[in-house]
Amino acid sequence: MQSKFSNGTARITRLGRRGCDLLEALGRAGIFLFQSAIGVPSREGWRLWLQQMHFVGVLSLAIVLVSGLFIGMVLALQGYTILVDFGAEQALGQMVALSLLRELAPVVAALLFAGRAGSALTAEIGLMKATEQLTSMEMIGVDPLRRVVAPRLWAGFVSLPLLTVGFSVVGIWGGYLVGVEWLGVFEGSYWSNMQANVAFINDVGNGMIKSAVFALVVTWIAVFQGYDLVPTSEGISRATTRTVVYSSLAVLGLDFMLTAVMFGGL
Amino acid sequence: MKRSKTMEFGVGLFMIAGILGLVFLGLRVSGLTLSAPAQSFQLEANFANIGGLKPRARVTMAGVTVGRVEAIELDTEWYDARVVLSLDSELEGQLSRDSIASILTAGLLGEQYIGLSVGGDPEMLEDGDTIRDTQSALVLEELIQQFVSNMASN
Repeated sequence: MQSKFSNGTARITRLGRRGCDLLEALGRAGIFLFQSAIGVPSREGWRLWLQQMHFVGVLSLAIVLVSGLFIGMVLALQGYTILVDFGAEQALGQMVALSLLRELAPVVAALLFAGRAGSALTAEIGLMKATEQLTSMEMIGVDPLRRVVAPRLWAGFVSLPLLTVGFSVVGIWGGYLVGVEWLGVFEGSYWSNMQANVAFINDVGNGMIKSAVFALVVTWIAVFQGYDLVPTSEGISRATTRTVVYSSLAVLGLDFMLTAVMFGGL
Repeated sequence: MKRSKTMEFGVGLFMIAGILGLVFLGLRVSGLTLSAPAQSFQLEANFANIGGLKPRARVTMAGVTVGRVEAIELDTEWYDARVVLSLDSELEGQLSRDSIASILTAGLLGEQYIGLSVGGDPEMLEDGDTIRDTQSALVLEELIQQFVSNMASN
């Protein structure tokens, strides 16, 4: 009886500890974001930012563009087989463009970005921490948040929306290749239906807002996981996994909420 | 130094490509035009039933798009739908007072739009006027109902 009771208390205690840990981590992450994002970058900061733009943005271009091409082509193929049943294959361009701009480009680009760039950021910062580079920086009076974290954060925040634009453009072109060149949808109706039904602010603009939110969340998770990990080899591998898992879940969950607000009339 | 220059160039290209992509999305995909928004004037029309007409739907004349539906609201005086049309200002003073506005459907299941056809009245419609002659949308259920009741009475 006594042991059962204490067992129950222990369980509640553990739950409470976990809750406290979670809140603490959230608070740390918030302070971390604030401290690294503020401040005017120096000349040196610009150079570091540029380097990270190259690593995070330019080098992710290939995977994002190729995926965009294939997703656009698949959308056109699938959409055509459904629309042709209703005799509405002229609406193909509209369907491809709207699904890419509103949903697929921001979400898929963010997921790819988390896998391609986010995990690398975590591992890089994590290894810096494990080899005590971050501590040494502090010793010689360089703030690692500004020197290491801030350029990566800003590079991620700027490059993901650009990658998303590339994804949409290539996807729409891929849809054009399959729909018009291969399946024989009339070219004029592909573009004119698209232009008549895509609104710049509502569709392109909202997609960009989504993408900016995802960019912030994914890079934030990636750099924070790297900065906050247990500095062992196991810790680094765990943190890298956590980056991909957390950012994928965050992107998909946030996507639902943003869609509900933007298009669901909430 | 050489390496850093190529890298900077790559990043610059990347950002230019992103901005060009956004311009492409604006001009080619969402059909924005760089020219100033066309001058327009407004007409009103009351319909007994608008069917599935939506704000921003096209207004056409002889198949040519000449404007769009600005707003749709219920007229509580007559309990019919008041539709506000925004038309190209070229047409201001060009439409006769007995012009007909009818709600048409593109294809069998397509979107609904408004077709205008001119009459012969020498007096012209000005900004804010109301089109008297209107034709409501075809509602498929009502047609079927008529058809069935005709069959039954025969």
